[in-house]
Amino acid sequence: MAQEVSSTEISSSNVITLKIAKYNPEHDEEAKFAEFKVPYERWTTVLDAILDVKKHLDHSVAVRYSCRQASCGSCGMMINGRPRLACFTKISEIKSDVITVEPMKNYPIVRDLVVDLSTLISKHRKVVPYMVRDDSEITSPTKEFSQTPEQLEEYIQFANCIKCGLCNSACPTMATDSSFLGPQALAQAYRYVADSRDKGKDKRLKVIDESHGIWRCHFAGSCSQVCPKGVDPAMGIQLLRGYLLGFRK
Amino acid sequence: MRESIIMKIHYGTALGAVALVAVHILFRITMMDYTESLQYENVLANYQFIPYAIMLELILVLLSVHGFNGLRVILLELKQGRSYERAVTYGCIAAMAVLIAYGSRTILMASMGMA
Repeated sequence: MAQEVSSTEISSSNVITLKIAKYNPEHDEEAKFAEFKVPYERWTTVLDAILDVKKHLDHSVAVRYSCRQASCGSCGMMINGRPRLACFTKISEIKSDVITVEPMKNYPIVRDLVVDLSTLISKHRKVVPYMVRDDSEITSPTKEFSQTPEQLEEYIQFANCIKCGLCNSACPTMATDSSFLGPQALAQAYRYVADSRDKGKDKRLKVIDESHGIWRCHFAGSCSQVCPKGVDPAMGIQLLRGYLLGFRK
Repeated sequence: MRESIIMKIHYGTALGAVALVAVHILFRITMMDYTESLQYENVLANYQFIPYAIMLELILVLLSVHGFNGLRVILLELKQGRSYERAVTYGCIAAMAVLIAYGSRTILMASMGMA
């Protein structure tokens, strides 16, 4: 495709080449890359650059985003070959004159940079990602399910998951095993199993203890490397295995 | 069978095989010269020493169970589908049984002096 230059005023001398994967599964056989010259500042994120292209150069670029502050998990994509959140990745930190953005791997592509996250959500649902109890905090008489700081420490980092799906995209097992639950769902299973207020451990362990469950993790650790929220799914999976092997109760 | 039980067997057979193969190698390098231990008469003598033949049989079983379960896992990760997965599981069990049966036959015949 022809190179184009953003029509916005260039306030600095910094310009990068942004290569965006363009693919519509309905009529394209394979993805093609469209190149754009985009000006950027020290604070410009990859998402800002894509939106600049979308606003001024190519309105057809499909991208999913919402909060722009790494809270909603919508703008996950491959940026120079690594799964990242576009809103949380500054162009200046990539240290490259060319930035290539592609849709996340291990998900069906809807169009361009947008992938179908329904498998992520259905696998997340499978692990019963909520507190299982007969009573509740609003049961009369009202009471709190208090926890010690140590009990909170057991799971709190896993509660930071924003369901962006970057971990599943980085997982080498998910690349070949489409039925594998994946690091996101397994880490969330651990989050609830390790919560002292929860009573659904047996139910959850049964879900993950299947042929495409927790045992298919090879502990590559790439899920933990790419998490933008500092969650360590690889550790959660190993801790969860402890319950199934009888090391943890 | 639950996958956790299969994997406990998988890890257990690995540990057992490592321990017994270590004993086997130690026997080979301590009892006599390594090349000498591979001579026909010495190999046969191993089989005819019943405790050693039992250990070889155990190694055969442990490695077969571990190896074929490993193969099952690899094949399950390569492709998915109910009939495929069932074929892989039963195929691996059958192949493991055949290998153990054939190996056991060899050990039995050699230990009985029929080789």
